[in-house]
Amino acid sequence: MKKSGAEILVQGLMDQGVDTIFGYPGGAVLPIYDALYDANIKHILTRHEQGAAHAADGYARASGKAGVCLATSGPGATNLVTGIANAYMDSVPMVAFTGQVAQALLGRDSFQEADITGITLPVTKHNYIVKDIRDLAMIIKEAFHIATTGRPGPVLVDIPRDISGGEVEYKDPGPVNLPGYRPVLEGTEEQLNKAAAAILASERPVIYAGGGVINSGAHEELKKLAELLVAPVTTTLMGLGGFPGDHPLFLGMLGMHGSRYANYAVCEADLIIAVGARFDDRVAGKFDRFAPGARIIHIDIDPAEIGKNVRADIAIVGDVRVVLNQLLPRLQAKLPGAWQEKIDLWKKEYPITYVENGRLKPQQVIREIYNVTGGKARITTEVGQHQMWAAHYYTFTRPRSFISSGGLGTMGYGFPAAIGVQVACPDEVVFDIAGDGSIQMNIQEMATAVNYNLPVNVAILNNGFLGMVRQWQELFYNRRYSYTELINPDFVKLAEAYGAVGLRVDKAADLKPALEQAVRTNRPVVLDFIIDREDNVLPMVPPGESLENMIG
Amino acid sequence: MRHTLAVLVENNPGVLARVAGLFSRRGFNIDSLAVGRTERPDVSRMTIVVEGDDRVLEQVTKQLHKLVDVIKINDITPDEYVDRELVLIKVNCEPARRGEIMQVADVFRARIVDLGRKTVTVECTGNEGKINAFEESLRPYGIKELVRTGKIAMLRGNRSTSLDGKKDDE
Repeated sequence: MKKSGAEILVQGLMDQGVDTIFGYPGGAVLPIYDALYDANIKHILTRHEQGAAHAADGYARASGKAGVCLATSGPGATNLVTGIANAYMDSVPMVAFTGQVAQALLGRDSFQEADITGITLPVTKHNYIVKDIRDLAMIIKEAFHIATTGRPGPVLVDIPRDISGGEVEYKDPGPVNLPGYRPVLEGTEEQLNKAAAAILASERPVIYAGGGVINSGAHEELKKLAELLVAPVTTTLMGLGGFPGDHPLFLGMLGMHGSRYANYAVCEADLIIAVGARFDDRVAGKFDRFAPGARIIHIDIDPAEIGKNVRADIAIVGDVRVVLNQLLPRLQAKLPGAWQEKIDLWKKEYPITYVENGRLKPQQVIREIYNVTGGKARITTEVGQHQMWAAHYYTFTRPRSFISSGGLGTMGYGFPAAIGVQVACPDEVVFDIAGDGSIQMNIQEMATAVNYNLPVNVAILNNGFLGMVRQWQELFYNRRYSYTELINPDFVKLAEAYGAVGLRVDKAADLKPALEQAVRTNRPVVLDFIIDREDNVLPMVPPGESLENMIG
Repeated sequence: MRHTLAVLVENNPGVLARVAGLFSRRGFNIDSLAVGRTERPDVSRMTIVVEGDDRVLEQVTKQLHKLVDVIKINDITPDEYVDRELVLIKVNCEPARRGEIMQVADVFRARIVDLGRKTVTVECTGNEGKINAFEESLRPYGIKELVRTGKIAMLRGNRSTSLDGKKDDE
């Protein structure tokens, strides 16, 4: 049977089980949009391509399936770039399709031409430009295979207009055969035995868990490991929810905005078990002074992460879940001792806390969101102070409940991501915890939320500042607040103008009723919380310091 | 230390850009890179000479492996191998001095491949040391133009780094 390129694309999406895509039409994707017009695929029209990329990312993180976004050539494609880079840094399975000018016009600086495969080379796991319509079906299949297996990541497929508009006799592409792509899933016996011996010999172990635990679905195995060894668990920002936040062995985050007890535990540990984490500079501080007295076991699916930033004494390359299942039978239960007592003392001595001063505190807001949602909401964030407060004060107990831009640190991520999360989880309560700066970076997606009646709640922690930058200016630049104060629109009126609900809260007494109303409302709600203006995220490790040197 | 990598890649458009881009964005230094097709039309082989300590080499190899188009990487530095470069040098030469230059060429088993009114062009193959020595020998005559291919290399004996070959096949 003959099929157009656009029809082959639709067929490929259906074959991959894709039921939802996020996109924005344009000239070079007209054939594709024509095929989508009567396809059995839900298309969410965002108001900016960046919104489509982040929404696909949020959808992927909430569902575990590949997120799919679609944009036209040129500016449509370049507008996806931040979202693709964001997915790349956080290992999110995503397939981005872009239209391209017809091949006859390629390389001639044609209208809306951009070399998007060249531009996205460093921020995709792999990318393609389709030059022969007979390759299209296989490329789509390979793209999903690469995006979702091994260490997940974004794959971009650039489709010239003559390919999507062309026709060919359709053939099933058959199995994927990529000789250069063979992710290793299982650890080797030798490394597993070495790791088991090191674990059994250790007296002061700390488990350091990252986003790999969530990507591989290893949260149960991680809990078993921690409980078997009575080993405290600290997670990265990406790892939040990979271990129950209310578990007695949980230490919270480590690193720049980690808890004191997590950082102290890492500094005094004799063994670090790194599970699906990559020793990011915000986590490890000074690389050569990370966990100075510890042997380090590094379990990761990406061999290039081993020894990249911090030395690994024992490396196990493999899928975290598979490796933990291989490792667990080699271990024996341990009993709590002096190490666990010491950590409990630190926990009592240095809790993460804040001082009430009569003004509305951001920490209170987060805590109340937790209370009102019973800890069951899916939380997305933007990037900045509010993100760290969300990480500290909302207790995440299940994987895929905290969805945040970690590696790239993309302001403007949280709101479109929340839209993607709400599409993936239509019956759950979704909150985007935002700052007054970040929310304005993709505020146009309010129209999308209203358009599709997605009852996303946006909690703006409004302090009239780019708060995190202001905090650094306060601490390290002598309070010279250079261009960090914001004159903001009236967010309540803005919400109403878009057809959403707007609520303003400026005192603690109104918190609970407003949040309850927001959760009850089956429409998008913007909550404008007027918070204490110059509050800081504390404690913190100053940049370039090692983890024991915390301030605040 | 300098390492010589034999890298087999899918013969896809853009694969050179992927490899070159990787080296530049991760801050790895390429001394030389030569690429061409192999005994299989769908596979190309790059010989990459890279400068760095063991940690850098480990990262180079692992990051290269992450490229989907890269099939196989061998660091052949510690092994016995043959390596060659080809150089073309155009030297200033009045007709009266041709004999002199031909003698130099003879010593290096180089060949005269073109004659101009006031130039000769010579080609020479060999390992890097020989090519360097040849270049130095011609420098006094005045080198007008010089082009080198970059190094290509192959293991000695029965062993091979081809797609089906095992490096450890003795």
